[in-house]
Amino acid sequence: MLVGKRTWMFEKRPVIISSGVIGGPFEKQGALANDFDRFYDDLWCGEKSYEQAQKKLLEDACQEALNKANLKQEDIQFIFAGDLLNQITSTSFACRSLSIPYFGLFGACATSMEALALAAYVVNSQGAQHVLTGSCSHNAAIEKTFRYPTEYGSQKPPTAQWTVTAAGVGLVASQGEGAVVTSATIGKVIDEGLKDPFNMGAAMAPAAVDTIKAHLTDRNLSTDHYDLILTGDLAKIGRPIALELFQQNKISIQEDIFQDAGLLIYKPDQPIQAGASGAGCSAAVTYGHILKRIQSGELKRVLIVATGALLSPLTFQQKESIPCIAHAVSIEHQGGM
Amino acid sequence: MGKDSKLSPAQKAYQQVASKHETKRPVGINCVKAFIFGGLVCTFGQLIQNGYIHYFDFTEKTAGDPTVATLVFLAALLTGFGVYDRFGQLAGAGSAVPVTGFANSMASAAIEHRTEGYVLGVGSNMFKLAGSVIVFGVVAAFFVVLIKMAFFEL
Repeated sequence: MLVGKRTWMFEKRPVIISSGVIGGPFEKQGALANDFDRFYDDLWCGEKSYEQAQKKLLEDACQEALNKANLKQEDIQFIFAGDLLNQITSTSFACRSLSIPYFGLFGACATSMEALALAAYVVNSQGAQHVLTGSCSHNAAIEKTFRYPTEYGSQKPPTAQWTVTAAGVGLVASQGEGAVVTSATIGKVIDEGLKDPFNMGAAMAPAAVDTIKAHLTDRNLSTDHYDLILTGDLAKIGRPIALELFQQNKISIQEDIFQDAGLLIYKPDQPIQAGASGAGCSAAVTYGHILKRIQSGELKRVLIVATGALLSPLTFQQKESIPCIAHAVSIEHQGGM
Repeated sequence: MGKDSKLSPAQKAYQQVASKHETKRPVGINCVKAFIFGGLVCTFGQLIQNGYIHYFDFTEKTAGDPTVATLVFLAALLTGFGVYDRFGQLAGAGSAVPVTGFANSMASAAIEHRTEGYVLGVGSNMFKLAGSVIVFGVVAAFFVVLIKMAFFEL
């Protein structure tokens, strides 16, 4: 049901009955290693290319979610998923072997919540009983597409972010046990004219604030309704900018409930510059770490705001600015309303 | 950032906020590091050259080529072992300016595009980064020669 201008309320309370989170070797050394289901110790994931490795991550995450829910591919009506590569090939190729009716999505690093919002909407409106949703990214595959060759010795500035090698998948069902998806706010494309692809946090922060503001207005809430508002990958630069924008917009928010997945996933001593990013970042943190904390009852109400930069290597070379988007989905503990 | 006139007032206001929070590149320290590490690479090259002159049958003039070849070989090897990019993060321009940086740019691109095959992958992408160095190197050399001729030959 639409409330306000761009928020859906899911009154049938679709449930995330299981999840699958797969990571790479660098994530294994990270701060949230316990919240992953499995890791690959090798960046190749047993495949012949990094692009195939990215596909493998998503395939495995889907399989993991299916196994945990004791369901088979045939039991799933749809899958909503995406990644960052050209033509989202990794996701499409993963869905070739999964053989589940497929919606391929591109929202850069905001794909995770774009997919979850649509999955929850479809389940809520009885368009399906079981829907898989998720996104993935692979450090080497994404660096190759968007930046320099991985082994090229260029010096990254302190504002650069590290692309996560991970896939996170959730299985949304009309009923069952787990965290429930209660609402979603869809983002607008926001462009403040920034052009530095090595400073994505600053480019994306206004999109995150815009979506959060719309969410609060549409639902007539204040930020303290949530135990945690988690942005996707604003990292060290974007998070303080967002906090300042909240002040400018007269939205009061406690600093400790406003966190960022890009700052949670790795340990501070890992060489990641400003923090983590990538379509797998918000997905892995949400479907691993956050779901666990919701299920344990530690968190009752969480708003996940995945942030994405909608640029391509071509638009950057043509000196275009970086348009950004953020989608917000609220996930709650099953008991509490 | 160039054409600021195209930005709306709101965008300008935001960019002021953003730049306040931006961690600036430590340009001063980077320059010092580049100087030291670049200098070390060159010192190492000099040692190799002296070695070629001392232990092999090379003169100061002819020892240049095998020295460059050795440095290129080492840089390519370190690129393959996944070490050179870490050195690059530390040394910055100090790793990029010497001939080792050129070798790294070619070797890294070659490794990167191995999966697309030898012709369309390695062959056509090897000069992805190094290509512009060659193009502008040749163009610059051409004009330098023109200037030299104008001054000394006429």
